[in-house]
Amino acid sequence: MTSEPSRAGAPSVLVFDEARISYRTRADELNVVPGFSLSIGRGEAVGLVGESGSGKSTLAFAAMGYLGHAGRLVSGRILFEGEDMAGLSAGELRALRGLRMAMVYQDPMSSLNPVMKAGAQLMEVPMRRLGLGRDEARERALAMLAEVEFADPASILERYPHQLSGGQQQRVVIAMALMSEPALLILDEPTTGLDVTVEAAVLDLIGALRHCHDSAILFISHNLGTVARVSDRIAVLYAGELVEEAPAGELFEAPRHPYTRALFNCLPGLARHAAIEGDPPSPGARPEGCAFAPRCAFAKPGPCTSEPIALRASGERRVRCVRLPELAPWTLPVPAATTARAEPPTDRILDVSKLTKAYRVGSPLFGLGEGSRRVQALDGVSLWAGRGETLAIVGESGSGKSTLAGIVAGLELGAEGVVRLNGVPVQHLKVEHRPEALRRGVQIVFQNPDGTLNPSHRVGYALARALRRLAGVERRRLPAEVARLLDLVRLPRAYAARKPRQLSGGEKQRVAIARALAGAPDLLIADEPVSALDLSVQAAIVNLLSELQEARGMTLLFISHDLALVRYLADRVAVMYRGRVMEFGPADEVFSPPFHPYTLTLLSSVTARAEGQSEGAGEGPEGATLAVGCPFHHRCPYKLGSICRDETPPSREAGAEHRIACHIPLGELAAIGASSEEHGEENRDAP
Amino acid sequence: MFVFLSRRLLFLVATLLVVSFLVYLLNEAAPGDVARKILGPYATLEQIALLTEELGLNRSVFIRYGEWLGGLFTGDLGYSTLFKAPVGEIIWDRLANTALLAVIAFALIVPLSIVLGVAAGMRESAALDRSISLASIITTSIPEFASGVFLASIFAIWLGWLPGTSTLVRDGGWSITSQLVLPVAVMVLYDLGYVVRMVRASMADVMREPYIRTAVLKGLSWPEVVFRHALRNALIAPFTVILLQINYLVTGVVVVEMIFAYPGFGRMMLEAALAQDIALIEAGVVVAVFIAVSTQILGDLAYMILNPRVRLR
Repeated sequence: MTSEPSRAGAPSVLVFDEARISYRTRADELNVVPGFSLSIGRGEAVGLVGESGSGKSTLAFAAMGYLGHAGRLVSGRILFEGEDMAGLSAGELRALRGLRMAMVYQDPMSSLNPVMKAGAQLMEVPMRRLGLGRDEARERALAMLAEVEFADPASILERYPHQLSGGQQQRVVIAMALMSEPALLILDEPTTGLDVTVEAAVLDLIGALRHCHDSAILFISHNLGTVARVSDRIAVLYAGELVEEAPAGELFEAPRHPYTRALFNCLPGLARHAAIEGDPPSPGARPEGCAFAPRCAFAKPGPCTSEPIALRASGERRVRCVRLPELAPWTLPVPAATTARAEPPTDRILDVSKLTKAYRVGSPLFGLGEGSRRVQALDGVSLWAGRGETLAIVGESGSGKSTLAGIVAGLELGAEGVVRLNGVPVQHLKVEHRPEALRRGVQIVFQNPDGTLNPSHRVGYALARALRRLAGVERRRLPAEVARLLDLVRLPRAYAARKPRQLSGGEKQRVAIARALAGAPDLLIADEPVSALDLSVQAAIVNLLSELQEARGMTLLFISHDLALVRYLADRVAVMYRGRVMEFGPADEVFSPPFHPYTLTLLSSVTARAEGQSEGAGEGPEGATLAVGCPFHHRCPYKLGSICRDETPPSREAGAEHRIACHIPLGELAAIGASSEEHGEENRDAP
Repeated sequence: MFVFLSRRLLFLVATLLVVSFLVYLLNEAAPGDVARKILGPYATLEQIALLTEELGLNRSVFIRYGEWLGGLFTGDLGYSTLFKAPVGEIIWDRLANTALLAVIAFALIVPLSIVLGVAAGMRESAALDRSISLASIITTSIPEFASGVFLASIFAIWLGWLPGTSTLVRDGGWSITSQLVLPVAVMVLYDLGYVVRMVRASMADVMREPYIRTAVLKGLSWPEVVFRHALRNALIAPFTVILLQINYLVTGVVVVEMIFAYPGFGRMMLEAALAQDIALIEAGVVVAVFIAVSTQILGDLAYMILNPRVRLR
């Protein structure tokens, strides 16, 4: 295969020509990218999709000429504006970076310097690189901040990164990258880790900026849905190899490669999402033939596993699969029907009533004085979960969902209100003061498994300790019990001898779940258990939790910012916003009209993402809650008027167990919901 | 800010009270007669009884502590039996001598350790890093008494460039300045390596942070990356350690002062302890604790200025 010539008319900004990239390790060279070709034309936006470890970030850094000491381009070429990057001196490379090419990174908090104000970091580009004076640089920074939709750019200049929300940080990083009108903008997972509505806003922004600046974009993500919103063309990467490349519309209409199809199945909201079984091969252990063959449902020993597979081009599409002609035509998976539970549970294992908790938050620099204020983390929260049910609590960051989990788990003390576990009030009992049975009965799985597992303890040791302490298992029965726990979470028993760093993110989360299950809890709290994981792994973990919940009859309190994720998992859903429950009810009722306007916002940012459409979303929740009025009023598209600001909305009974806190009468909410659903259907029918 | 400072100062006072009382208790209420400790083993029983009466030693320890504390505020620190002079006359003198050494050593250690630590940490495992790290391990692992004797043998005995003792008396024709060179050199050699390694470790961590990558990929030059983006972040963690060195330099340099017969604070404390000079020990400990706690307050303040993320409580 030869390097693809750039599209007619537009000269290529970036060309990968059979780029082969390796990292030197102590023992030998690890080949991460075996040979990658792709070109990006002027002003074109290309999405690069792949799981973590597929080499997509390596390609991004290779394009910036920044592979570090260990990485190098073994063969092939990377051309930037026609020039071979390998031939550039350090000085020439530096001249390109920040001026002709710029990058936006995954984690905006850590990519901004914590001790420099946002303004100083923004003005650095014009001052240090373009040689402008301070005033002019400031002007430019202000203009660029206004362009990335900050209402008050001047105040942003004076803030330190930690004084900005995640979405604001990422917009500052984007502004910084655009300061010099680069020819190429690389976005490496720019929305991963952001809330759904914030993600939607950032994606909209990128889409809008594309049309004002003629920068070419290389957009990298593990999420096909995200990439679709901003890309003209999409390239799918697997184990460092391009497996499919096509114009975005064509790819979405009919993905060809089995891996691309599998990625589609992982998208939440389209179907009960299927996980891709197995793991991508590690760079040292690439299989003969097709790298995806071991995980591929269509793989055939022989043609798929003997020789390297070549990319085949047809029209504007390239696919790397030998069995392409034999593959069945693609059909979009149909959303699966929600499985209705046979008998409604009567017994409430968790019952939260009018729970209220406030924190004192100081002014940014000096803890006390005028700047200090009360933030209402929870404001009269009432909800409950029946035994053996899954209760999903959904909300953006700052909605109080983690505070609620902390109080239920006994990690924090509630200020007012009642939390009953099995009928026992526990809101004033810290976990160490709770009766043994209660303590064992509630376990928690956190978002970041790295923080939960002690890096110096082997998996077997961590599990054995939990078994001893939570279940009082005798020493001699420990190995058998550890093996049983590993079976339960579908990990090989040999993993008992591994240390956390030898596990992937998904595997670590499985260990964390196994540990939580050691004491056979009645209530398992999963606090954003998958938001740090790849989509393909997310589905597997969610399915695992759901199966375990059903098999063991335990109650699952599933906390997430992603409404789509909980759709097929939850029996009951509570939608929270700034410490209040906006809507609470059985899942099938929450997911059908009447909706609370906020639930609708969350749903629309979800469908919009899956379909490459956008529905405007404002700034995420932030700052202090109001004591009165509806906290959602200033973002609400259906706001009635001053009543929403001044009066606490009534709790309307939309069903026997379904409550919506809104001033808008239920009939109108139902009408709004129905019309927006129709709208959504239309979009789905005509992509 | 104001609340923070007043809270810290309150803490300082409380610490001083507790420590001084404990030391007082240990010295005066410990088994064995205070008067006997003061007068030594050859005093007669009559002399002891006389002194006990004179000092009021048969009263409660709390009353005596109160009186002593009152003395502290009026500047009366008691009478040193070792030097046969009021404690106040000796202690400030000795403290000033030690402070002279400490200030010079500190003024050398701080810039040197930052320069060397940053130079080593900015490119981990480079030749420069390896040589600086090796050198700092070597200098830190040689104890002060060894390096002191070693340097004195070379510069005082063999070459004859510098005096072998630093009594701060202008006899033998050596200037005060020349007397300070060797003690300072020993202190700097011993302490520098430790601080360099702290700064290096912190710098190396910072250079691995994503925001450094951001700065590099903005196209900033290497000096801009190091000085604008890395330096301040890299100094946050070692700053407390650097300030703790003041403690060591003032109260921990007994060995250096002994080797060079330097009339400093540490040596005074050692002599006072050996001679059971209670009044001097008590006053010395209070001074040492005061220095320790106030450098910590200073450290907290500096930390706050360097790190905008810190919220003070």
